[in-house]
Amino acid sequence: MTTIQHISTSRRIKDRVVQGLVYLAFALAVVPLVSVLWLVISNGLARFDMEFLTHSMNGIGARDANGGAYHAIIGTLEQVLLASLISVPIGLLTAIYLVEYGNGGRLSRSISFFVDVMTGVPSVVAGLFVFAFWILFLGFQFSGWAGALALAILMMPTVVRSAEEMLRLVPTDLREASYALGVPKWRTIVKVVLPTAFTGIVTGVMLAVARVAGETAPLLMTVFFTNSINNDPFNGPQMGLPLFVFDQAARPNDTAVDRAWTGALTLILIVMLLNLVARLIAWWRSPARGR
Amino acid sequence: MSKQIQVSSLDAYYGSHKAIEDVSMTIEPRSVTAFIGPSGCGKSTFLRTLNRMHEVIPGARVEGKVLLDGEDLYATTIEPVSVRRMIGMVFQRPNPFPTMSIYENVAAGLRLNRGRIPKSEMDGIVEDSLKGANLWNEVKDRLNKPGAGLSGGQQQRLCIARAIAVRPEVLLMDEPCSALDPISTLAIEDLMAKLKDQYTIVIVTHNMQQAARVSDRTAFFNLAEQGKPGKVVEMDETSRMFTNPTEKATEDYITGRFG
Repeated sequence: MTTIQHISTSRRIKDRVVQGLVYLAFALAVVPLVSVLWLVISNGLARFDMEFLTHSMNGIGARDANGGAYHAIIGTLEQVLLASLISVPIGLLTAIYLVEYGNGGRLSRSISFFVDVMTGVPSVVAGLFVFAFWILFLGFQFSGWAGALALAILMMPTVVRSAEEMLRLVPTDLREASYALGVPKWRTIVKVVLPTAFTGIVTGVMLAVARVAGETAPLLMTVFFTNSINNDPFNGPQMGLPLFVFDQAARPNDTAVDRAWTGALTLILIVMLLNLVARLIAWWRSPARGR
Repeated sequence: MSKQIQVSSLDAYYGSHKAIEDVSMTIEPRSVTAFIGPSGCGKSTFLRTLNRMHEVIPGARVEGKVLLDGEDLYATTIEPVSVRRMIGMVFQRPNPFPTMSIYENVAAGLRLNRGRIPKSEMDGIVEDSLKGANLWNEVKDRLNKPGAGLSGGQQQRLCIARAIAVRPEVLLMDEPCSALDPISTLAIEDLMAKLKDQYTIVIVTHNMQQAARVSDRTAFFNLAEQGKPGKVVEMDETSRMFTNPTEKATEDYITGRFG
């Protein structure tokens, strides 16, 4: 017969040791995160002023302390917006096909496979592809739009995967409830399935945006490079924040390196702001609100 | 309102697996018909063939005829969506739409099908449906709160209100009380007694007492052995089924000797 036992000393020790290891692993994981944030904030704050946010680098000499990243901020915002406008509809519709219509057939399995392959495509390859196809082969010039194309290629698999996962989480019960009311399948998807998965889809899109907003390599080959403001993403070279950081950090002057830090800080802030907006939208649309 | 359903030699399949075989029966209007039988004998499958919900599952198909007041629901020219508008369904687990308020849940069927409806008309339909489902008094002050915030029993009555808001001819209920406590169950049984004045009601239940309490006619489903398709063993007036069944298997099941 078994008896009720006290916790043995060896188990107590094991428990303590494992607990310690878990905390240690957590601390190790947080160290790089905190130190990156700390470095960027402490080095970037110096030049984080109105001039930086409202001026470009046009006419700024090699040793001048002023100048800003307005042209790069505009470029990044426009490129990311265009990339989202391309990749979100395509990605979302692909996810809807995979979940609602594919039924695990050959087409849906091969789409799934290629989405996985695309997830693994290095960002520089996306840039090279757009460079070779859009600029060399079709003969268009460098532009923000070309950059957006490259970013869209990188965004699409992330959007498909996250939207697919969110759509799969919507219970079959809800679809059946809608069918049983005599609602056609497409209306069920638009009015019941998508609203239910909305919060998760927004989060997924934001993750994808955050991922591509910091991409440097594909921009190098597509938007080219400029020091002046170009508001038109369809004509002429544009700038992007990651490119700005890359360019400034490579210059020998302290003033340029300061600008690079501030550029990095601005990029982080933009991504954080977008995340915040996404959370607000998610909260505003959340079904639990008002309970 | 309310129509008669006639089923003749109906088989239902999931892929190559035959789930029910050769079911024929008549379901009378303005009455409650109960399906009883052990788990896996095809009661729910058969219920879902009645409003063409069976084919929603990939690979599922049906052979045979289901006539609604003489019209074959499985004729090739029939639009399945319109069948489901006429034959509503309530599921085992309450499934209100989580993104919608109580009001929107009840209005969902009409809004999703017909688009814009004047607010005053919609208010009336929502109120009537909720009253019809005996839920109005409990929720009339919080129609804009999420439907998912209600208790299980209330959610199920909300689902019934949602189903009757589209004014179906027939109401199918797939074990509507299996997830509910006795008091909510009673509320729904009372509701069925009230609704059968207007609708043809078909209910699947595992609860023999419930079948005896609420139904006018009962069909007993069984399968010869595991893996074989389910069949209707016997169908008769509920009072006869429970006191003097013709088949030995029915008697054994009802008295609890198997199943």
